[in-house]
Amino acid sequence: MWDARYQPATNPLVFLWPVTMSTRPNTGPPTVSVDSDTVRRIAHLARIRLDEDRIEPMREELNTILAFVEQLEEVNTDGVEPMTSVVATKMRLRPDAVTDGNIPHDVVANAPASEDDFFMVPKVVE
Amino acid sequence: MTDLTTLTIAQAREGLRGKSFTAAELAEAYLAAIDAANDKLNAYIVETPEQARSMAKASDARLAKGEGGSLEGIPLGIKDLFATEGVHTQAASGILHGFKPRYESTVTQNLWDDGAVMLGKLNMDEFAMGSSNETSAYGPVVNPWRSTTSNADLVPGGSSGGSAAAVAAWLCAGATATDTGGSIRQPAAFTGTVGVKPTYGRCSRWGIVAFASSLDQAGPITRDVRDAAILLKSMASVDKKDTTSVDIPVPDYEAVLGSSVKGMKIGVPKEYRMDGMPDEIEALWQTGIAWMRDAGAEIVDISLPHTKYALPTYYIVAPAEASSNLARYDGVRYGKREPGEDMVALYENTRASGFGQEVQRRIMIGTYVLSAGYYDAYYKKAQRVRTLIKQDFEKVYADGIDAILTPATPSAAFGVNAMATASPIEMYLNDIFTVTVNMAGLPGMAGPSGLSPDGLPLGLQLIGRPFDEETLFKLGHVIEQQAGHFSPKRWW
Repeated sequence: MWDARYQPATNPLVFLWPVTMSTRPNTGPPTVSVDSDTVRRIAHLARIRLDEDRIEPMREELNTILAFVEQLEEVNTDGVEPMTSVVATKMRLRPDAVTDGNIPHDVVANAPASEDDFFMVPKVVE
Repeated sequence: MTDLTTLTIAQAREGLRGKSFTAAELAEAYLAAIDAANDKLNAYIVETPEQARSMAKASDARLAKGEGGSLEGIPLGIKDLFATEGVHTQAASGILHGFKPRYESTVTQNLWDDGAVMLGKLNMDEFAMGSSNETSAYGPVVNPWRSTTSNADLVPGGSSGGSAAAVAAWLCAGATATDTGGSIRQPAAFTGTVGVKPTYGRCSRWGIVAFASSLDQAGPITRDVRDAAILLKSMASVDKKDTTSVDIPVPDYEAVLGSSVKGMKIGVPKEYRMDGMPDEIEALWQTGIAWMRDAGAEIVDISLPHTKYALPTYYIVAPAEASSNLARYDGVRYGKREPGEDMVALYENTRASGFGQEVQRRIMIGTYVLSAGYYDAYYKKAQRVRTLIKQDFEKVYADGIDAILTPATPSAAFGVNAMATASPIEMYLNDIFTVTVNMAGLPGMAGPSGLSPDGLPLGLQLIGRPFDEETLFKLGHVIEQQAGHFSPKRWW
């Protein structure tokens, strides 16, 4: 079914650039500052409608959090591998065979709108 | 007959096997207790008396035949984050309105397979994002504990606030919980209960609503260390449906309780001594250190130099993973839908209306740090720091440290709404002692160890080596023997 691999991927046409940001120097007042246009763009990327009266409070909250995480700049991570798995494990393999499926009624059972085991959405093609 | 709800899991198990009472009687006692208390405590979002009665009946039938699993007839509360087939599962969020999964989480299935009885779904912070249970779409949970100087409502901690409050207030014999940055251990500390976050991979995450997949781990909240050992044994398993679940035998944790801890090396990290930490927390820590020494353990001063960076690292990694995981709530496949003139408007309206403020904030941060041009500066940088945090622990364990002793929280429980005007960071600081453990994937236990000057429970935390939960149970049992048990005074 078309929905099985559905990912609400970020729209590649919407770019988050440019944003005022400088990552140096490491000390002094917060160097990252998100402006209200950036807040609007992120909200759109995140697919969350943000009413105008929420933009400024959200901007302040995001800047508070970004200022907090900015202290990571002072950590020397040269030559340090980014963590990909917290516990060293070997990915288990299994035969490439269907282990589940043929349950369309279950798949759509919780959908707000469905018909004949299809999800119903507003018209997307004119 | 004594009030059946005051029995521990171990005591109830004995009573059921000895036929002092039936599973049906035990379940009824809890259902009545929930009915009487829930208006005031708000620990349960949904009660499931029908399931409870039919499961208890089945347990009684098995017990009558001398059969039954390790949790036969034991009534449990289930955090709303666990998928329970045909039963309300909403992660305490409006966006999953009406969601009743067609499948069961592996952890809860393990519990039912061992004979446990489901009482209902427990309140929590929305999508497990919070440290006070105040972000729930179902309203805050009230801590059964009150200060000796005021009748004001206190928070039970979060995100597993419903689990901790229900266990402390005798509204279930034990509860499932989950921990992404401290969500089992911090509420356990705030309610005088025992909480265990096992090693990442010990419990299957399948069927648990995902928050931050590289950090999330399920564990028990119970009234004592023995009960936590019993519950974790049942919850833990390798699972084909979760490739991050680890194929290592699950030991009989209960069997190690009471064994000697003589000669064990207990690390005390200097970086956990924070500026402005209340005196009572420092005193509690020193008391715990003395108990360890009295039991024959050796106290070793250690250093975990990247400790202060754990919380900022967490607030990149967790929102980043959350923004991806929560992309699935689109108003199409399940839960709430708000109409819109086109697909994008439908998504945006649905997510604006369905997610609460804290969840929206974290999705926004996560979207920002993962967006084009920022991935390396934030997410990759954070994952590098995370490697350093893990290496801090690896070094001290390589030096022979068996476990680490720290306070569980920087304070006792605070008032409902007390943080309403605080910045998000102030709330996040609640997890300052617990979040390192998630960053490194280690097991951690919080247990009640004393009371604050105004009579509120305080907890100590034990941090172990990967997959060495047994050492935590041994040491936790020692602390419990010294500290005793702590129960709130009934006012509800």
